[in-house]
Amino acid sequence: MPLPSKLTDFTLAEARDAVLGRKISSTELTKAFSKAVADAKPLNAFVTETPEKALEMAAASDTRIAKGEARPLEGLPLAIKDLFCTKGVKTTAGSNILNNFIPPYESTVTQNLWDAGAVMLGKTNMDEFAMGSSNETSYYKPVLSPWRAKNSNAALVPGGSSGGSASAVAANLCLGATGTDTGGSIRQPAAVTGTVGLKPTYGRCSRWGTVAFASSLDQAGPMTRTVRDAAILLRHMASVDPKDSTSVDTPVPDYEAGLENGVKGLRVGIPKEYRIDGAPPEIDTLWQKGTDWLKAQGAQIVEVSLPHTKYALPAYYIVAPAEASSNLARYDGVRFGHRTKEAVRDMIDLYEKSRAEGFGAEVRRRILIGTYVLSAGYYDAYYTRAQKIRTLILRDFEQAWEQCDVLLTPATPGPAFAIGEKSNDPISMYLNDVFTVTVNLAGLPGLAVPAGLTADGLPLGLQIIGKAFDEATVLRAGRSIETAANFTAKPQHWWAA
Amino acid sequence: MSQHAEKTIKGETGDWEIVVGMEVHAQVLSKAKLFSGTSTEFGAEPNSHVSFVDAAMPGMLPVINRFCVEQAVKTGLGLKAKINNRSVFDRKNYFFPDLPQGYQISQYKDPIVGEGEIILDMPNGATVVVGIERLHLEQDAGKMLHDQHPDQSFVDLNRAGTALMEIVSKPHMRSSEEAAAFLKKLRAIVRYLGTCDGNMDEGSMRADVNVSVCKPGGYEKFRETGSFKHLGTRCEIKNVNSMRFVQMAVEYEARRQVEIIEGGGTIKQETRRYDSKLNETRSMRSKEDAHDYRYFPDPDLLPLELEQSWVDSIKASLPELPDEKKARFIKDFGISAYDAGVLVGEKELADFYEELARGVDAKAAANWLNNEVLGRLNRDGLGITQSPVSASANNAIIRMMGDGTISGKLAKDLLDIVWSEGGDPVQIVEQRGMKQVTDTSAIEKAVEAVIAANPEKVEEIKAKPKLAGWFVGQVMKQTGGKANPAAVNAVLKTRLNLPDEG
Repeated sequence: MPLPSKLTDFTLAEARDAVLGRKISSTELTKAFSKAVADAKPLNAFVTETPEKALEMAAASDTRIAKGEARPLEGLPLAIKDLFCTKGVKTTAGSNILNNFIPPYESTVTQNLWDAGAVMLGKTNMDEFAMGSSNETSYYKPVLSPWRAKNSNAALVPGGSSGGSASAVAANLCLGATGTDTGGSIRQPAAVTGTVGLKPTYGRCSRWGTVAFASSLDQAGPMTRTVRDAAILLRHMASVDPKDSTSVDTPVPDYEAGLENGVKGLRVGIPKEYRIDGAPPEIDTLWQKGTDWLKAQGAQIVEVSLPHTKYALPAYYIVAPAEASSNLARYDGVRFGHRTKEAVRDMIDLYEKSRAEGFGAEVRRRILIGTYVLSAGYYDAYYTRAQKIRTLILRDFEQAWEQCDVLLTPATPGPAFAIGEKSNDPISMYLNDVFTVTVNLAGLPGLAVPAGLTADGLPLGLQIIGKAFDEATVLRAGRSIETAANFTAKPQHWWAA
Repeated sequence: MSQHAEKTIKGETGDWEIVVGMEVHAQVLSKAKLFSGTSTEFGAEPNSHVSFVDAAMPGMLPVINRFCVEQAVKTGLGLKAKINNRSVFDRKNYFFPDLPQGYQISQYKDPIVGEGEIILDMPNGATVVVGIERLHLEQDAGKMLHDQHPDQSFVDLNRAGTALMEIVSKPHMRSSEEAAAFLKKLRAIVRYLGTCDGNMDEGSMRADVNVSVCKPGGYEKFRETGSFKHLGTRCEIKNVNSMRFVQMAVEYEARRQVEIIEGGGTIKQETRRYDSKLNETRSMRSKEDAHDYRYFPDPDLLPLELEQSWVDSIKASLPELPDEKKARFIKDFGISAYDAGVLVGEKELADFYEELARGVDAKAAANWLNNEVLGRLNRDGLGITQSPVSASANNAIIRMMGDGTISGKLAKDLLDIVWSEGGDPVQIVEQRGMKQVTDTSAIEKAVEAVIAANPEKVEEIKAKPKLAGWFVGQVMKQTGGKANPAAVNAVLKTRLNLPDEG
């Protein structure tokens, strides 16, 4: 395949081969992306741009390459979701309460990437504390999707919470980005921006140094333009980490190796409960198409049932806020982060004012929900029952694995919506996660792959769900969808000056 | 069955009985904190032992310290308790500046140690068995400093995250003495095990004491049925930090409750503070206004699963504990249960005794330790580990006393010499000519001299043989205390034709 004429149009795999093959330097690649980032201000995809740091890292990479000491991701510019703590670089989690927070440490996931030679372009915008599906809850203003509907200039959301990363990947502002996914925060934005997003198995990537939202659900993963790129990035994000007791000690395979092996003989489950009332017909049509593509490539299609699916969203909106209400208690204005400048009467007043000023409406709402469901007298009715549902959902999947190897589902119930369209309707916003939360509750890997466009020309994705730690099969099935879909559409380049 | 040294309070409306239960926070003896690996050294500069985890920086995660788990298991085994091979860490949520995470990691529903017991030996010879409800691991909080600035409070996080064992007793204590004895025995056990240093003045051990009063018979009904409705409403006295204060606080609190009830009032379940200066308890406001800690399992930590083989290996390595040591002392040394109980109450004292009693008469050794050594230590305000005369030096003195080298009187003098001047007792006896005179010719000479000088006494003794004691005293005087009293007696008997005693 001929290489693209513009450096920013390179996929991560192409750039890697070109840089390691000394066809291009990391410095020129990094300059091209840093310029693309700087020119894309209207998208508001970045909270913090780090062009100088990027150039330093690129220069160091070029030196290593010259010495023949290149590492697997040497010199490849990436964008980092602002939830990953980066040493010496402001990390906000999209919140005012961390507006002044510069971590003195580096998250394990980003450290793994830098150890593999990658270059940091900056920190991407996100929903505040990863709570949101549209990137509108960010203290740093909403991110815009590079996509626009046909014959419309209306600003669309990039999905969330990893909306800045999705937008940056879709608009070719980076080779790939990190995201985090608690209920769909990688897959949903990937699906609505025509990009690839992988939520790995819980425990595959360390959570150490990543600002916590809901500890039992949070998982970091790659966001890229191709399935291959996701395979490459995941390998260098994942690790067992003695600093994270929930990370799992299982070898990290070369996910790229078997990527082209196809789906012949693979048993693909179609869960009937994912056919929901009120979803646009385009979603069903696309799902059917995906099924046909895989069948045509030799996969065996099996109808399966995941009977507790309908309880997943309510259970998620109990478990996640419960954990969040506790995880966010540390933002109290005492040791770091925002502290009120108002006069305070006492300690409680200091807490109340600092937190009221520091947290946005959605975060406050979830802290309140979480505090409520953990309260004496409500705990069993909410939290305990939600945990039971979680067990049942996991059992649904385990039973499905007796019949199939992966599941194919829609990734989202619809395409990107307009900014402001759902911001006053939290329930409708929460429904965006309907196809993705089950995977988090069960701790399984899920991959969103771009599969087609709506009649209005907006991207839609399909989701492959796999067994725990079977990302390799998930990626292989995703690659087959990608090949069949041949998704080549790109957003119009409307944002650059 | 246990016999309680019951202590009844005589009220105006009749008798009342005391029921006490205790929650003891014991700091785990460990170089590193429970979840962060930070040093636990006492007395360091404020905030010098604080890691990113201790300060609850964003994205930080707890990782359990295996040694602290081992210490908790060891303590559980020392309390003859059930070790739970699966336990769970929960978050106890509340806001306070000394609690950086906004929650304390503790164990709520599934503690690492279940039911056990502690046996108390009371001075009246009674044995009291106090049930242990549970032991769990949890993090300590930091410390607020209110005296550093006129209008600001500071916080020192050095202690934040240090491992604590919370040991909860059943309400099985029936008097202030038993409450103090419980704390003392628990302290002895953890110190024997090396799982807590028991330094109460440094805060390594703090007791929350639950006190209630009931009419006679209520407690027995509670023991039969397990229902707390037979007991009175309890008040919890927080953070009492000495045995003596435990005893005083229980006494005060029980009387306060009786007075309220007899005055027609009711006891409000509350947390109180003991003021040792005024010797009273006072109602105290809790850390937060509402008492809803919203416990839930900490999602950052997996359930703690122990392998039975590991627990077994810890069990196999347990040191001898006070109860076993006491039984051995009674058996091997033939000393009384009470003496043995006192000796094993402190490991250092028991060790001192064993060394001191090596190869000599064990009862004499126990008496020597109690009367001579402990008496002098007490006088000088010293602990057993600070004794100026080592156990082995004492052993040498006792040996010399036992084989007749020195008399009991000289032995005490010798102890005083070594106590104040130091040195080797055997050498001192040699150098200062303190050896007892057993040479009969020397004694005979002295006896003759006394007889010659006191003819009237010789006449008297024929009628009153008990006067022999006077002659012994005179002979001892003549020999500067060095004559062997037994030899003097024998010579006198022959010389004066005294009848056999008895």
